[in-house]
Amino acid sequence: MFATAIIVFRETLEAALFVGIMAAATRGLVGRGRWLTAGVLAGSAGALALAAGAEHISALANGVGQDLVNAGILVVALAMLTWHCVWVSNQGAQAAADARALGSSFKQGQRAPWALMIVVALSVLREGAETVLFVAGFATGSGPTGTLAGAFAGVLCGSAIGAIIYLGLSRVPVQRMFAVTNTLILLLAASIASQLARALSQAGLISVWGQPLWDTSPLLRVDSPVGTFAHALVGYEAQPTGLQLAFYALALLVIVIGSRWVRAAQARRRTVVTARVLAGA
Amino acid sequence: MTRFQSPLFSFAGAVISASLLVTGAYAAEPELLLVIKNHRFEPVELKVPAGQRVKLIVHNQDSTAEEFESHDLNREKIVPAGGKVSIFIGPLRPGRYSFTGEYNEATAKGVVIAE
Repeated sequence: MFATAIIVFRETLEAALFVGIMAAATRGLVGRGRWLTAGVLAGSAGALALAAGAEHISALANGVGQDLVNAGILVVALAMLTWHCVWVSNQGAQAAADARALGSSFKQGQRAPWALMIVVALSVLREGAETVLFVAGFATGSGPTGTLAGAFAGVLCGSAIGAIIYLGLSRVPVQRMFAVTNTLILLLAASIASQLARALSQAGLISVWGQPLWDTSPLLRVDSPVGTFAHALVGYEAQPTGLQLAFYALALLVIVIGSRWVRAAQARRRTVVTARVLAGA
Repeated sequence: MTRFQSPLFSFAGAVISASLLVTGAYAAEPELLLVIKNHRFEPVELKVPAGQRVKLIVHNQDSTAEEFESHDLNREKIVPAGGKVSIFIGPLRPGRYSFTGEYNEATAKGVVIAE
């Protein structure tokens, strides 16, 4: 039962951190609670479906079907997160700035960003599928009651950590909230990019830069508690390959530069709007 | 350099790199069979040629799913009960790379020896 709890805890932690950060990033937005719940439920349903079809999927594409599905999920999640960081979060800050320029008060009444909700669903889907397969296997082997109890404990502890992260982030004052959650989402996007690199290498689609460049296991093992947390939060790997580092850096660059570019374009537009307002007054 | 030469070189570089990647994907490589039976790997030691990509075919002959996991090889994949999956590893430098079955870590252990 303990072994089950530990493994389920690790899987749940990754998804719980995602949900916690997304919940914090959408704080104050209308309908966000419903969207989050919908995302988690959709992800859970998808996880059951994925686990049920695991045998069929695994046999696809000469045995790399699972990696292709995984890569597809990661690409969509990465696209959603990139879109959010570069475009949506700038819109939020932009709307606030516009409102201030025009002298009106800014209310956080915007609808919850669906891109983040899709990412929540995908994250729950991936980790959930692994969890379901594991628990199903163990339940038939070493007895259902102990396994399910262990799994339940694991999910509970993983979710608790996610809740703690959310509560911690909620204490950040609203002015700094955008900056903090955007940074966290940026790092999540980069870690997804790194996982995508591994999925592509594993499926044999990319065969370059596949050698691990260093080994920081003596400093921090990935399966230690801190290591698990670091892996889920910023994509920490003890033995990253060159390809993973390249994807990680590329994601950071694209999002940071794209975000700056959009912000600059909006600042230019804002100057024009303000000038027009002043001219009309 | 004129305005057009720099992006042209970048584009050419991208096309060449993409071609290399694609040809890499279709090159033939040795295939090795790894069996999971009674929550143990067979064989426990896998010898592979160093500096070359290798295709591991993992066949799970147990009635429960297993997760092939190796931090040394940077690979993680679920093998459903009775299922067969392909995992590409390498090119590897000579050395020992350990792997485990994450769902049965106590007994499912093995090592890839690249030489």
